Amino acid sequence: MIAIVDYKAGNLTSVRLALEHIGASCEITDNPARIVSAERVIFPGVGAAAEAMRNLREMSLLDTLREVVSKGTPFLGICLGTQVIFEFSEEDGGTDCIGLIPGTCRKFTPSDPMCKIPQMGWNTVEQTRPHPLFEGIEDASEFYFVHSYYPAPSDSSYIVGETDYADVKFASAVGKGNLFATQFHPERSGRIGLKLLENFSKWDGRC
Amino acid sequence: MLSKRIIPCLDVKNKKVTKGVKFQNNVELGDPVEMAVAYSDGGCDELVFYDITASAERRPIDIEMVQEVAKVVHIPFAVGGGIETLEDMYRVLLAGAEKVSVNSLAVKNPEIIAEGAKVFGSQCIVLGMDPVRTDDPRFPSGYEITIRGFRERTGIDALEWAKRAEDLGVGEIVVNSVDADGTRDGFELDLTSMISTSVHIPVVASGGAGTPQHLVDVFSAGQADAAIIASMIHTGEYTIKQIKDELVQAGVAIRKKW
Repeated sequence: MIAIVDYKAGNLTSVRLALEHIGASCEITDNPARIVSAERVIFPGVGAAAEAMRNLREMSLLDTLREVVSKGTPFLGICLGTQVIFEFSEEDGGTDCIGLIPGTCRKFTPSDPMCKIPQMGWNTVEQTRPHPLFEGIEDASEFYFVHSYYPAPSDSSYIVGETDYADVKFASAVGKGNLFATQFHPERSGRIGLKLLENFSKWDGRC
Repeated sequence: MLSKRIIPCLDVKNKKVTKGVKFQNNVELGDPVEMAVAYSDGGCDELVFYDITASAERRPIDIEMVQEVAKVVHIPFAVGGGIETLEDMYRVLLAGAEKVSVNSLAVKNPEIIAEGAKVFGSQCIVLGMDPVRTDDPRFPSGYEITIRGFRERTGIDALEWAKRAEDLGVGEIVVNSVDADGTRDGFELDLTSMISTSVHIPVVASGGAGTPQHLVDVFSAGQADAAIIASMIHTGEYTIKQIKDELVQAGVAIRKKW
């Protein structure tokens, strides 16, 4: 069973429907015991970093997430879920985050006034190294993004995929052992996104 | 590089997709769920559904249809029509839509944008606007906002409304030209570019798409971030692939594989 962590950060229906489409059994839950015992965990989310962290704290889910990652459960962060697994986000005047991967989330500051923020739409992800979750997915495939902040890991060895936007080449996919996290939305990225989710549903957490 | 988005628009009435000219003379085209799958498989980047009679009939949007679409389409889609309250927005998003589109309601109650953006996030809230060209000096942009499918004029200047909506927290603006809607003579480029260069959020051009060249134009001169198409693919005259091939030829950044 894949646990989809519900911490009141946006709509989880599309994640559930995408998993159901590929035949993966899943459950939307905020129950720490269910999350810890799940075979795999998806940590999605849209919204703002400060509120996400407040919810995670109030719902006592921070230690749950740390436990899941440290015990080797395959873990997939998506969008805001990805941003808050870093140590710090520039959002909301600066927000301390979970710190599962060293680094910061920065705000896009484009020099071109016609460069719209948020980045909303499809952009290419260059695979900087092979990863089991990219298996069967062509390099430079396009995924769907909606975000105003981007992950900046402090160690480039965590970068698995990169994307160009607003004068920066940012880490659109990061990996660290059993943890994989994307700034884009695989559940909204059509056939290619479903392939990534299917890879995750079979992943043993090793790479 | 971020791709320009091609968004088929499905106007839904009595559970069937329809298409009219200037919001009138609608003809039935097919089943919304089947058409959504065909367009998604065909390479569209997003979809938008308008329950075109929900607002006039003062009834809530067809949630069952939204749920059916969400089960089979795994690209973003927006839903509009008959959205009056935060509860309506919640139901549409929970059913699996990525975005909810407000139009007439937002003109009457602009606060709904701010509230929706606060509760669900700006990225979920799309403002649809239907500006009509005017020579009346009360409208400095040259366009007045209409509502209820062009049935009612509002006295609001289009550019002023776009900026206000951005301030209120809308995530994206769909500019649907009343003058160009259904004509297939091309988008209203001046209108699109005026709005797109005046706000800092994505602008979607709508109304007038008839040939792939019209899309090339709206992404270059019109400075649109995305464009809505309807008749040109509903009639089978063009496929999305054909349109995208021409855009690639013209050097427009577009999603090439799906």
